[in-house]
Amino acid sequence: MKKSHLKKMTVIAVICTWITLGISGAGVAADTIKLGVAGALSGDLASYGLPILKAAKLVVNDVNAKGGILGKKVEIISEDDMCKPEIATNTATKLVSEGVTVVLGHVCSGATKPALDIYKDAHIIAMSASATSPDLTQSGKYPNFFRTIASDDAQAKLEVNFALDTLKLKKIAVLHDKGDYGKGLAEYAKGFIEKSGKGEVVFFEGVTPGAVDYSAVVNKIKRSGAQAIIFGGYHPEASKIVTQMRKDGMKTVFISDDGVKDDTFIKVAGKYAEGVYATGPKDTSSNPMDKAVREEYKKVYGEDVGVFSINGYAAAQALLNAIQKAGSTNYDAIIKALRTDYVETPLGKIKFDDRGDAVGVGFSMYEVKNGKYVELK
Amino acid sequence: MEYFLELFMGGLIRGSIYALIALGYTMVYGIIELINFAHGEIYMIGAFTALIVASVLAVMGVHQLAILAIAMLAAIVYSSAYGFTVEKIAYKPLRHAPRLSPLISAIGMSIFLQNYVLLAQTSDFLPFPSLIPDFKFLEPYSSILRPTELVILLTTGVVMLLLTLLIKFTKIGKAMRATAQDRTMALLVGVNVNQVISITFVIGSALAAIGGVLIASHIGQINFFIGFIAGIKAFTAAVLGGIGSVPGAVLGSFVLGLTESFATGYVSSDYEDVFAFALLVLILIFRPGGLLGKSSTQKV
Amino acid sequence: MTTFSELKKSFLTALWFMFLTFPIMVIRVNTIDKIVIWRWRNMGYVGVASFFLSLAWRYFLRRKEAGSKRALSRTANSQTLLERISSERRYKIPAMTAAAIGIIMFPFIMNSYQTNIMITALMYVVLGLGLNIVVGLAGLLDLGYVAFYAVGAYTYGLLNHHFGIGFWAVLPLGGALGALFGVLLGFPVLRLRGDYLAIVTLGFGEIIRLILENWNEFSYGPSGIAHIARPSLFGLKLSFFGEIRYLYFLMIGMVLFTIFVVNRLQNSRIGRAWIALREDEIACQAMGIDKTRTKLTAFALGATWAGMVGVIFAAKTTFINPDSFTFLESAMILSIVVLGGMGSILGVVIAALILILLPEYLRAFSDYRMLLFGAIMVIMMVFRPQGIIANVRRSYNFKKVED
Repeated sequence: MKKSHLKKMTVIAVICTWITLGISGAGVAADTIKLGVAGALSGDLASYGLPILKAAKLVVNDVNAKGGILGKKVEIISEDDMCKPEIATNTATKLVSEGVTVVLGHVCSGATKPALDIYKDAHIIAMSASATSPDLTQSGKYPNFFRTIASDDAQAKLEVNFALDTLKLKKIAVLHDKGDYGKGLAEYAKGFIEKSGKGEVVFFEGVTPGAVDYSAVVNKIKRSGAQAIIFGGYHPEASKIVTQMRKDGMKTVFISDDGVKDDTFIKVAGKYAEGVYATGPKDTSSNPMDKAVREEYKKVYGEDVGVFSINGYAAAQALLNAIQKAGSTNYDAIIKALRTDYVETPLGKIKFDDRGDAVGVGFSMYEVKNGKYVELK
Repeated sequence: MEYFLELFMGGLIRGSIYALIALGYTMVYGIIELINFAHGEIYMIGAFTALIVASVLAVMGVHQLAILAIAMLAAIVYSSAYGFTVEKIAYKPLRHAPRLSPLISAIGMSIFLQNYVLLAQTSDFLPFPSLIPDFKFLEPYSSILRPTELVILLTTGVVMLLLTLLIKFTKIGKAMRATAQDRTMALLVGVNVNQVISITFVIGSALAAIGGVLIASHIGQINFFIGFIAGIKAFTAAVLGGIGSVPGAVLGSFVLGLTESFATGYVSSDYEDVFAFALLVLILIFRPGGLLGKSSTQKV
Repeated sequence: MTTFSELKKSFLTALWFMFLTFPIMVIRVNTIDKIVIWRWRNMGYVGVASFFLSLAWRYFLRRKEAGSKRALSRTANSQTLLERISSERRYKIPAMTAAAIGIIMFPFIMNSYQTNIMITALMYVVLGLGLNIVVGLAGLLDLGYVAFYAVGAYTYGLLNHHFGIGFWAVLPLGGALGALFGVLLGFPVLRLRGDYLAIVTLGFGEIIRLILENWNEFSYGPSGIAHIARPSLFGLKLSFFGEIRYLYFLMIGMVLFTIFVVNRLQNSRIGRAWIALREDEIACQAMGIDKTRTKLTAFALGATWAGMVGVIFAAKTTFINPDSFTFLESAMILSIVVLGGMGSILGVVIAALILILLPEYLRAFSDYRMLLFGAIMVIMMVFRPQGIIANVRRSYNFKKVED
């Protein structure tokens, strides 16, 4: 009897979930403009997704306080994709079936690609504040994609020019973390170095994230005689490698990307972080609007803005502004507005080019000085 | 030559860490034939406990060596307690279940513990304080052997020795060997099998905690996911050496650590894991019981 | 008396858990700014929660033990509801009809999101059934099943990307390549048994993933392959929603086909050989069964399904990269097989639906969903170690013919 009880309960549970599903699925479209926000909102990459969502909420509250757009209130629908491509398709389908007009997202390039195919078919515009893969705009396959962050090849170019022209170094080791972002960036860097003819790549390999020890790779770089390392990847690996190098007494210049241009890197690597170079979005803190956003964010959430908060804020503004300018939620009209009308954001006055990249958004080089990232002019 | 030595030492360090975790796998497997997937998480919890205790003590302004001792002790106590509890919750009720059920329970436990630490603490990487003091006499050799590395090697050596003595010469060691050979028979001659299993989990977890603290202070940062990657590698090492065999786990760990180090140094770090797993497959094809595993005779 | 000792036990358990969770739940340190936050309230929550949970835990454990004793003493006809539905004709036909109607109506009642996650769940049903051949029937513990899934996905991804070959042409090819890799893996590991086999298959799975990740010229590395074509339907251009429905019915067809084949296989000569091999390898050889061939067919046939589902996966997400084929994925598929009850087709179907749909429904719990997921896996195993549907052995009952 007991056994069959358990089984009955499983059956009932399955049926119940189906019923609740049916109810939740049959949402009625209210008269609002729906802004979907998608990205990693849980798990280990949540620290990239949540600040964007929080920034978007600020924009929406602001807009709604002023009476909304086209006479309608704006509503945020947020969905988690954990930065995984296969989950991102579910997330995207969910947003589409909930009738969003535009999507702010996704966070990771890998998850953005499959989601965009779905948005494209459903005639929905997506704008990312953090997906930097050059493919997204340069392949020309995603006419519905825009972003408020510059792409990785711009970053790689800056890193290479900095190493070859500013620092006048010749032998470069290129290292990456085998990930989508890191390896892509490393390959662009390698390509630029080889094309420039001013330097040579003496080492090109990937490290396994999370390995217990990186001494073998560090020793190998030392043997290669590299004067500088260009690293593509995120800060946990970067801090481990930098620490191990400096402890071994290596003075090799370390240049990295915006995955490393994060204060956590300095906190974790401590004194070993001094002198590390990293590219990051141009410092806009002199912009009064940027300052206002940072203050508001701190006031509302009790914490400092996250990595991509400002880009997320700008993206939400650009999207809502375009709907306003287009005068409707028509797909083509919004795209046209995004491409022609400038909008005032914390990143400066921006509009978008034909491929979807924001005009006037770029990268600068930063150096760690006295425990802080300082922009190099 | 210096390059070779550097790689060799790097391999030994990796091997020592793998060994401390692999011993837990192999001991548990020897006794109840279970791949304890949650073992990597015990190691992670050890590292986290040490980090928390050390930070609290540092704020209170305790001496560095005292911090090291207390943090290590706390890590050992808590890891053992977690190991003990995990066994009671997830494995003990399954003693007589089909063979694969405890394995799935272990995978579930591993997911649970990871997320428990993620939620209660943070998903970010936390900097781990360097608890091990700098020895001045090592400075000339810093590229080959650093203080933390020396401590790791010494500790691993001492721990192995103690463990061997425990298993060979104490009463509980005898009981463990008896249970590993034949659980029913051990029960018949008056061995408290449940207690032996608990003690095995406690010892294995304590070893993992030592490994956790050492590697965390060597590499300088931890997050909730470190247990998974180290766990898979240590498990591979245990099988490589012959799962169930204590010296086998140690040998397997060093073989694996050195292979990875040399593969990175002389070939490419892109394929270091491929080399590690390919080695495993090759060794098992030619020695299906692992390097030091018992050549199991099939019982009919 | 018993209640008092019960309460005391629970109280002690609560104390134990309060001690256990103390550093991780209560103390939160900010190592950079040297601030320590004490969250004593958490300790209270842990104490109260573990007190009641331990009461419930021991209550259900006792019931389970009592239940299993009673089951032993009773005869074999103590079938459970689901087993009865699946075995007795009287219940089977109405149940099947209802299920069929539900399945056909599903994509029209539910929105595209529900349909989409259902497609994912159905994919795992087929994966589970495929792995069931290897693990459940032949008793070979395979922790690298995801490798064959990856083979299928990349077969379609690469062929479509380079040569524009369509879904329907690649589907059987993906299956065939999966089978080929199954044999490739099967040959060297024939000698291994039990958990040695498990670790070698795990290693094999990792090797495949690492190669895909590092060999850029071949697989485009971690950036993966994008714009893979969705399945075509006689050259018709479908709307987005139409395509989801189409994929749904395709998957339903696939599941039915798999169930049919696996069911036939189970009762065939080779299926009986697998079960014999699982039960006793030596006795099986003594009976004259070719061990090598039997094991290899198990690997090959199991891998075939993974290869085919891989093709469907690539077509569904339109983007693949090596991150989708990690060890965790293998563990998930294995959990489906064990949770469902090894060797039981209906069990695997139900387990796949539960395990894949559960995290989606738990979205409401957002942060806690993986925590709950892990806990549910442990609880299911502790209280139902034989799986949702225990595999009923085929038995012949001879009844005396009365004359």
